[in-house]
Amino acid sequence: MRCNGADAILRSLEAEGVDVAFGLPGGAILPLYDAFARGTTVRHVLARHEQGAGHMAEGYARASGRPGVAIATSGPGATNLVTPIADAWMDSTPLVCITGQVRSNLIGSDAFQECDITGITIPIVKHSWLVQDVEELPHVIKAAFHVARTGRCGPVLVDVPRDIQEAELDFSYPDAVSLPGWKPPRRGHERQILAAAQAIAAAERPILYAGGGVLNAGATDELRALADAGRLPVVTTLMAKGAFPETHELHAGWPGMHGPKWSNYALNKADLIVAVGARFDDRVTGKVSAFAPGAAVVHLDIDAAEISKIRRADVPVVGPLKPVLAELARLIEPVPGRTEPWLRQIAEWREAFPLRYRNDGDMLKPQLVLETLQELTAGRDDVVWTTGVGQHQMWAMQYLVCDQPRSFITSGGLGTMGYGVPAAIGAKAARPDATVVCVDGDGCFQMTQQELATAVLEELPIVVVIVNNGYLGMVRQWQDMFFEERFSQIRLTHTVPDYAGLARAYGAEGFTVESEDDLEAALSEALACGRTAVVDARVDPREHCFPMIPAGAAALDLVEFEETVEV
Amino acid sequence: MKHTLSVLVENKPGVLMRITSLFARRGFNIDSLAVGPTERHDVSRITIRVDCETSPLEQIEKQMHKLVNVLRVSELVPGESIERELVLMKVSAPPAKRAELMALGEVFGARVVDLGPDSIVFELTGPPEDVDSFEELVRPHGLQELVRTGRIGLGRAHRPNRNRPRQHVLA
Repeated sequence: MRCNGADAILRSLEAEGVDVAFGLPGGAILPLYDAFARGTTVRHVLARHEQGAGHMAEGYARASGRPGVAIATSGPGATNLVTPIADAWMDSTPLVCITGQVRSNLIGSDAFQECDITGITIPIVKHSWLVQDVEELPHVIKAAFHVARTGRCGPVLVDVPRDIQEAELDFSYPDAVSLPGWKPPRRGHERQILAAAQAIAAAERPILYAGGGVLNAGATDELRALADAGRLPVVTTLMAKGAFPETHELHAGWPGMHGPKWSNYALNKADLIVAVGARFDDRVTGKVSAFAPGAAVVHLDIDAAEISKIRRADVPVVGPLKPVLAELARLIEPVPGRTEPWLRQIAEWREAFPLRYRNDGDMLKPQLVLETLQELTAGRDDVVWTTGVGQHQMWAMQYLVCDQPRSFITSGGLGTMGYGVPAAIGAKAARPDATVVCVDGDGCFQMTQQELATAVLEELPIVVVIVNNGYLGMVRQWQDMFFEERFSQIRLTHTVPDYAGLARAYGAEGFTVESEDDLEAALSEALACGRTAVVDARVDPREHCFPMIPAGAAALDLVEFEETVEV
Repeated sequence: MKHTLSVLVENKPGVLMRITSLFARRGFNIDSLAVGPTERHDVSRITIRVDCETSPLEQIEKQMHKLVNVLRVSELVPGESIERELVLMKVSAPPAKRAELMALGEVFGARVVDLGPDSIVFELTGPPEDVDSFEELVRPHGLQELVRTGRIGLGRAHRPNRNRPRQHVLA
C-alpha cells in the first residue's frame, strides 16, 4: 500500500491494536494529525498539555496492561513528555511516545521548536529511535511496541522528522523485528526455582514481598496460588496494591514509609523474604543495613539488574514471573501447619497496631474522607483509583481496600505530583465501564487541573476527590517533624482557587465539603452522577500521615500516631 | 580499582552515548575508551577502561546488557586477555640528544615515525604498562605532545584454566 509516513504510523498503531492515543498537535507533527483527519480506528484524546497526555497514556497502560501511546510535537511538546517518560521509567509502565521532529535537513541547526529529545531522554527510556528513513518506520514502530512491553516494561520514544512523515513508502507491517541485542529472559532457571521452593518450605517466617512487577507480568493468579499453596503471608508495595486481594486472610498489608506497623513488622521480622517483582526501594526498606536483619532473600524478577542491587539475594531467579511463580507453586512442598504460628503472630500485630487517628476538633479529618470513600465503594469490583503524590496518596494506600489487579494507579518511583487527574482520564479510556476516582491533593490537583477540560469534552468522566488541606501537606509534615516547625513556602490556602467553582467553569460538577455532615452525601452524589465531578473536601491541615519511618531510620523504628520523633 | 570492559554493540547512532551515560550519571570517569569495527560489519566493539568499585560496575554491566543495541558485555580479566595500546609522542630532540632517545625507543620497540630539527615522534604499540613505562622515561627529555588510543583487548586464544571472561547472561 502506497502511503506517506504519517499514514504508516497510524496503520502501524492500528496493527498493534491501539484503540486510543493521547496527544496534542503542533508544527512538526502536523502530517500525523492530518492522517488522523483522513481517518483511523485509533481514537485520539486531545489533552491540554503534553504532560497530561503522557500521564493519560500511563493511566491507560496501568489500567489495561497494554502500552499507552502519547503523541507530541517537537521542542516544547516533546520536553513536556519528559516527566511522564521518567515516571513510566521508574514505575516500569509500558509507554510508547511518538514525537514530531523538525525536518531532517534542519536537525542540529537550532531550528524553531527543535530539541534533541532522543538525547534528553536517553537515561529514562528503554530505547529510542530517530527515524531517518521512511522505509524504516513500520519496523521502528513494531520494535517500539515490542521493547516497551517485553522484558521489564517501560517507556520508549520514536522521534519522527516532519519530512519523514511526509515521505512516501510502500507500507506493509512486519510480522517480526530483528533486535539481536534485545533478549529478555524467557524462562527461569529450573534449579534456581527448585532452590527457591526449598528455601520457602524450610522457612518458619516466610513472607511474599510483591511489587509492581507482578501486575506487569499478569501474574496475580499465580501469586495467589503460591501464597495459598504455601500458606504464605503477602505484603504488597504501593505499586502492587491490588495485585493480591486485600480482603484475603493472607494479605499482610503494605510495607514501607507509611505502611502500618504490623505490615512493616511482618516484612522486617521474617526469616525469608520472597521478593516478587519488587526492587527493595528505599521507601520500603528504610535504612537498608537495618532492613529485615534476620531474613534470607529469594528474589524473583525479570530484570537481572535488580538482583542484589540493594539487598543481596541468596536465591536469585531471573525470569518472567508468571511461569516462574506457577512453577514455584507446583514445586513447593510445604510442611502442613508450619507457617501457622507466624501467621498468628502477624494477626496479633495487626490487632495490636491498627491505623489510628483521632476524629476530634471542628475540622474534617482527611482520613475520614478516605474511610468514607472506602465505605461507599466497598465490595465493588468496578472502581479504579488513581492518586497524586503526598499525604493523600499514603492515606489512600492505607484506607482503600483493593481486591482487583490494576485498580490502584499511582506514581510510585518518581513521585510525580499532578499524576492523578490525567492518569484517571487514561484509565477511564481503558475501562469505560469502570468508575474512576482520582484521590488528589490540592497541590497535585493544581499541577494538572487543566485536564478537567479533556475529561469533560472527551466524555471520559472521572471523579476527583481533593483532600484539600490548603498546604503542600507532606512538605508541611516534614517541616513540622524534622525542621522544628519552620514552615516554608507551603501555604496554598483552602479557598484559592474555589475548586467546585473551577470544576463548574470546566463544565463539571463541583462539590464543597467543609464538615463531616456533608461528606457522605457529596461523595455519593459525585460517584453516582456519571459526569466529571470534583469534590473539594476541606480538611484539617495539622493532620500528619502516620505511621512513618523517618528518612534514614530503620523500618522497625517507625513512628506511630501520637508518638514523638527524635530529630 | 581499574577494570576493562569489552562491549559488543550494534553499529547504530547513539549507542556510545547510551553506554557512557551509565557511567556519567554515577560520576564515574572513564579512563579510556576505544571504539572500532569488528569482524562483522554491523557490529562494533567498545573497550572501556574505568576506575570504580566492583559492585557498582556489576550493576552498570547488567544495565548495559539491557540496552537494545548491546550484544555482549564482558570484563577483560588480566592474565586471561591480551591488552594493547598505541601511543604517539612528540619529544624534544635537539641533534645532540637524538641518539640517546632513539636507543631508548629501541629498548621498548618504539618506532620513529617522524623526525624534525628539534623533535622526534615515536610510535609505540604494546601492553599499556609498557606504554606507561616508556612515557615515564621519555618525559624528562621534554614531552611536547602525546596521544594514546586507549586500550583495546581480546580474550586469550588459549586459556589454561578455561575460564571465559565474566559475562552476565540474562536467561
